[in-house]
Amino acid sequence: MPIKNGTQQRAHSRWASGVIPYREMGYWRPDYEPKESDILCAFRVTPQEGVEPEEAAAAVAGESSTATWTVVWTDRLTSYEDYQGKAYRVEPVPGTPDQYIAYIAYDLDLFEEGSIANLASSIIGNVFGFKALKALRLEDMRIPPQYVKTFQGPAHGIVAERELLNKYGRPLLGATVKPKLGLSARNYGRVVYEGLRGGLDFLKDDENTNSQPFMRWRDRFLFCMEAVNKAMAETGEIKGHYMNVTAASMEEIYERAEFAKELGSVIVMIDLTIGFSAMQSMARWARKNGVLLHLHRAGHSTFTRQKNHGVSFRVLAKWCRLLGVDHIHAGTVVGKLEGDPRNVSGYYDTLRLNHIKADLSRGLYFDQEWASMPGVMPVASGGIHAAQTHQLLHYLGEDAVLQFGGGTIGHSMGIAAGATANRVAIEAMIQARNEGRDFLNEGPEILEQAARWCRPLREALDLWRDVTFDYASTDTPDVVVTPTF
Amino acid sequence: MRLTQGTFSFLPDLSDEQIRAQVEYALERGWSISIEYTDDPHPRNVYWNMWGTPIFDVKDAAAVMLELERCRKAFPGNYVRLSAYDRSKGRQTTALSFIVNRPAEEPDFTLERTDFTDRQMKYRLRLHAADHATGAQ
Repeated sequence: MPIKNGTQQRAHSRWASGVIPYREMGYWRPDYEPKESDILCAFRVTPQEGVEPEEAAAAVAGESSTATWTVVWTDRLTSYEDYQGKAYRVEPVPGTPDQYIAYIAYDLDLFEEGSIANLASSIIGNVFGFKALKALRLEDMRIPPQYVKTFQGPAHGIVAERELLNKYGRPLLGATVKPKLGLSARNYGRVVYEGLRGGLDFLKDDENTNSQPFMRWRDRFLFCMEAVNKAMAETGEIKGHYMNVTAASMEEIYERAEFAKELGSVIVMIDLTIGFSAMQSMARWARKNGVLLHLHRAGHSTFTRQKNHGVSFRVLAKWCRLLGVDHIHAGTVVGKLEGDPRNVSGYYDTLRLNHIKADLSRGLYFDQEWASMPGVMPVASGGIHAAQTHQLLHYLGEDAVLQFGGGTIGHSMGIAAGATANRVAIEAMIQARNEGRDFLNEGPEILEQAARWCRPLREALDLWRDVTFDYASTDTPDVVVTPTF
Repeated sequence: MRLTQGTFSFLPDLSDEQIRAQVEYALERGWSISIEYTDDPHPRNVYWNMWGTPIFDVKDAAAVMLELERCRKAFPGNYVRLSAYDRSKGRQTTALSFIVNRPAEEPDFTLERTDFTDRQMKYRLRLHAADHATGAQ
């Protein structure tokens, strides 16, 4: 019996052996009213030619829940109506005739409590390779409070982080040490010291700064803590360096994290590449040990960037808030990496707020209620500089870490001067905003005023004022088309 | 050493008019204001001395400026900071905090290092003894 387009020869009954369309197996339920406790997903579906959108949606619902390709009598030993994923709505994507948004509801019992690994294996496990679809993308997910409450959430969260660091009322400032590969530990620590004494709150290892032949992790940690403590003594301000503890095994990750803690580091860092369960283990470790946890989303663009296939970053952001990191890179709008302004504002809200309203123009498909789970501090990193301060504050707000790597270390007067330029720029902008000025439009003028008494800022503006990364975004909301700045 | 704690430490010291503008910003948002002072600006000295209880329910920044002036007069050689507190659910924390008075000569910190083991160092940050005024608090 050939299977074509998932709709071959009709079987006589739902339970006769053989293959019947998914929508006739109970996975297409246009009458279904989602329960408050259901997990809801919005998938962007591109069916193969000849596959009806409803059938494609039902297939996704089936393959991400109980179904297999043929009828099995053992379903009848279960309360299968509860366990079946239910595709309850399909809508065409405006302006893209071959794509549809399929809304699917899943009963909470399908998922293990407090496990992102299980949630991910269920929702994105097999179904993304399903032949009846050309492409599939998980756009958004509504996580009900009943499920939210089974997760630890951020080890500390935005409020606790600010109280721990004694820093309020402005974005935090950081920089990634550059070059990220090749410096010896001693030279690396020099960059950390200069950046911190100049006015940054944090310096940061990069995602692939782990433990290479030219610089082993232990040496890096020792020199960086010398830099952190020396800068604290010179400024009277709490400083930190994100020690990247990413390693090949959980044992080594813990070993490095423990050492960083013993040295008094306020923060450690992990990469997304270590995997969901390792991240979740580190979130528990960070909560237990009182150390902030920074996450670099290394590798995410392999599955988040293309609009027709993969998983949207807003879903990844939700998973990371649940599993419990304190920081996550979430886009800059104005920098060198992908980031449509409206989508990015949706990510930032998703990470920081307690109630988020659905807003398709920002890619938010569902209301999301976080049930008081603390917020994650979004991190803006990659090609940003002091001359963009007004735009960064406008798009990203106050609860964010702005990371100027090249924008600090590439300064013509040195690293400390680069750091000072960034700090003066942000303080001047916050002051102007609080005074009620239209800082977005008057931004360049506000910066010019500060540059009159701050020579490092003067140099930074002259050097980078005209640097922009003006490319069209790959991943944009469907409803409103907006330019990238 | 210029102490760089607070939201605006990298700007030239704020004038009273500029401080007042920040107070107005805070009051418009319904934040309460506290005035605190200390002669121990160690970065981990969380609890500075409170100049009375936080100021709730005032609408006019003048009331805050008056208290600030009194505090500065009483402790001219201390650090004084002004903090705005946001009691809203999900925040319940300081929203803005900046230094509004500094000693004429700011003290330095000394970084003391003690060799530990395997090249590890134990660090201790202390106010330079000569700079540390021991006024009755």
